[in-house]
Amino acid sequence: MTTLEDEDESKTLFEEDFPEDHPLHGRLNLNRFIFCPGCLIGTAITSITSCLVDKGLSPKDYAIVSGIGCTGRSSGCFKAPAFHATHGRAIPFATGLKLANPNLEVFVLSGDGDLFAIGGNHFIHACRRNVEINVICNNNGIYGMTGGQVAPTTSIGDFTSTSPFGNIEPPFNLVSLAAASGASYVARWPGYDTLRLKASIMKAMDNPGFSFIEVLAPCFTQYGRKNKLGDAIQMLEWLKNLVEIRKGCPPHEAIYSHEMKKIICGEFVNSPREGFTQKLKKLNQLAQSKTK
Amino acid sequence: MSKPKAILSTGNYAAAEGAIAVGCRYFGGYPITPSSEIAHYMSRRLPQVGGTFIQMEDELASIVSVVGASYAGVKAMTATSGPGFSLMAETIGLGFMLEAPMVIVTVMRGGPSTGQPTKASQSDVMQTRYASHGDYEMIVLAPASVQECYDFTIRAFNLAEKYRTPVVVASDGIVGQMEEPVFYHSNFEVINRKPPQVPPSDYKPFEILDDDLIPGMAVAGSEYNFYVTGLTHDATGSPDMRPEAQINLNIRLCDKIRRARHDLYDWEGFYLEDADTIILSYGINSRGNPEAVKRARDKGYKIGYARLKTLWPFPEDLMEKFGNLGIRKVIVSEMNYGMVIREVERFRHLGFSVSGICIPTTIPFSPSFIYEEIIKEMKK
Repeated sequence: MTTLEDEDESKTLFEEDFPEDHPLHGRLNLNRFIFCPGCLIGTAITSITSCLVDKGLSPKDYAIVSGIGCTGRSSGCFKAPAFHATHGRAIPFATGLKLANPNLEVFVLSGDGDLFAIGGNHFIHACRRNVEINVICNNNGIYGMTGGQVAPTTSIGDFTSTSPFGNIEPPFNLVSLAAASGASYVARWPGYDTLRLKASIMKAMDNPGFSFIEVLAPCFTQYGRKNKLGDAIQMLEWLKNLVEIRKGCPPHEAIYSHEMKKIICGEFVNSPREGFTQKLKKLNQLAQSKTK
Repeated sequence: MSKPKAILSTGNYAAAEGAIAVGCRYFGGYPITPSSEIAHYMSRRLPQVGGTFIQMEDELASIVSVVGASYAGVKAMTATSGPGFSLMAETIGLGFMLEAPMVIVTVMRGGPSTGQPTKASQSDVMQTRYASHGDYEMIVLAPASVQECYDFTIRAFNLAEKYRTPVVVASDGIVGQMEEPVFYHSNFEVINRKPPQVPPSDYKPFEILDDDLIPGMAVAGSEYNFYVTGLTHDATGSPDMRPEAQINLNIRLCDKIRRARHDLYDWEGFYLEDADTIILSYGINSRGNPEAVKRARDKGYKIGYARLKTLWPFPEDLMEKFGNLGIRKVIVSEMNYGMVIREVERFRHLGFSVSGICIPTTIPFSPSFIYEEIIKEMKK
């Protein structure tokens, strides 16, 4: 069976960068965009990059880490120190980078299966530690690259390659999970709403701790086809009808339900507290003063 | 330089102090008997020297954070025992693929599964070599004393940096936890990884410009942009799914270690020249052998002693030496049900026969026991 993972990367559509007058010129590697046309992973990539540019950061100031899967392939699109780690391990990889060089602005961009199934334990502990990394999760509710299997984010009743009679497992609510685990900035946005998404990413970078943004990025190739939701455009319309943007909604009320035809989006937690590397810095000073 | 005074310490503390001495400034770990004292020591020492200690949520996270720290330009390590090493297997593969310098100290205990956590063993010899999937060449050093825990950890970091590769120090529950006099000397060379050899605009993360097959390593936070992936990749770091990419990358990753094997082989031997038979061992289980060999020689038996300090790559030069010296028999003694003996058996074509005292025990063989076994073997 051929999967995207097997395809020859050298047969690329674009070899060149954006034109010189483009604001993202020199920041992205277009020949590594392998995503289905209409997928919102590209939007997440360009939103993050625009924010880094707007912050006045150059690639020496940041690093991008991803795990495995469709969104796992996103790190390759950045012209920056970019790391494609093993499945589920993007967050601990990013933690090591950040702790060893606290000056880096570290982004994790990965999928729901990677971050919340195989990587779930790392996620809750990174939230708890409040490590100063920004985790952006492209949530498509399914395993895209491996062939459309059920994910811990798949809604009840939905059809996937491994839930041919409808999914019987309740999904995680990623916002509630992040908030309960101690993330100090938590938001959820539809991937098409790039203005709100970018404003949110800017806030995530300003937050001196662990920030989590869930990006709703429907997968028409796997999810749409199996659940008869149509093509890329039709799925965006479907998503639009589910999304309700709310201000000041507490994280435990951040409904994500296909059954109720409601996905509440917005900013749910913004309560900055001292980040982990700041605490480590103080701990080092304490340790050094005690040895003198 | 004045010689430092010997102090009394354990193998685990000595390994940790060796790491600090050679410049390790990051430790990501998870508690596991009998290695935990390395984490205890690091949690106290690293903050004192401006480094970072973190206890992660599991071994999977510990070792991945070590790869991350290594790519931030910091010498980094973790420590564990067999069950934790099992969990680290996937990232050991990533370490090879990303060519990340890193050190793993594994303090062997009895297995399989939970086994005997508080006891020693030598049953992870093959695990250290083959834990991850795919073709790769692991470097494994086996200390037999507290001093060697210090010295071998220093050497492990130097080899990891020199060859851009994970390196394992495989001690055991006894060497790790016993106390012996140790010199925390500073009489050693410090090797740092090869930096990028070209300006940022021309840099490709896996471009080979030297005969040693080792690419120059850029790190995050520098002027260099690069993408590294656990997927099979070309010189630019881009995933490459052509068969030739797989062949080229696997051959290079293995050959950079194979070509350096004479720098990696390390063993000691005595009474080899006039020996008829050799008792071969490593780690804690070698400690009774000098006495046993001495007793047997006093009785007139032509027995020699050899000890492996490097387990992997397997010291083939020692096997060739046995062949050249006309050794008749090699007796392998190890605390497992037969691991290194299989490697030695591969060299029977050099003219010696191989027998083993391979017992999956937790207590090293006493000199009297080894002596009796030597006499039995030599009378055969």
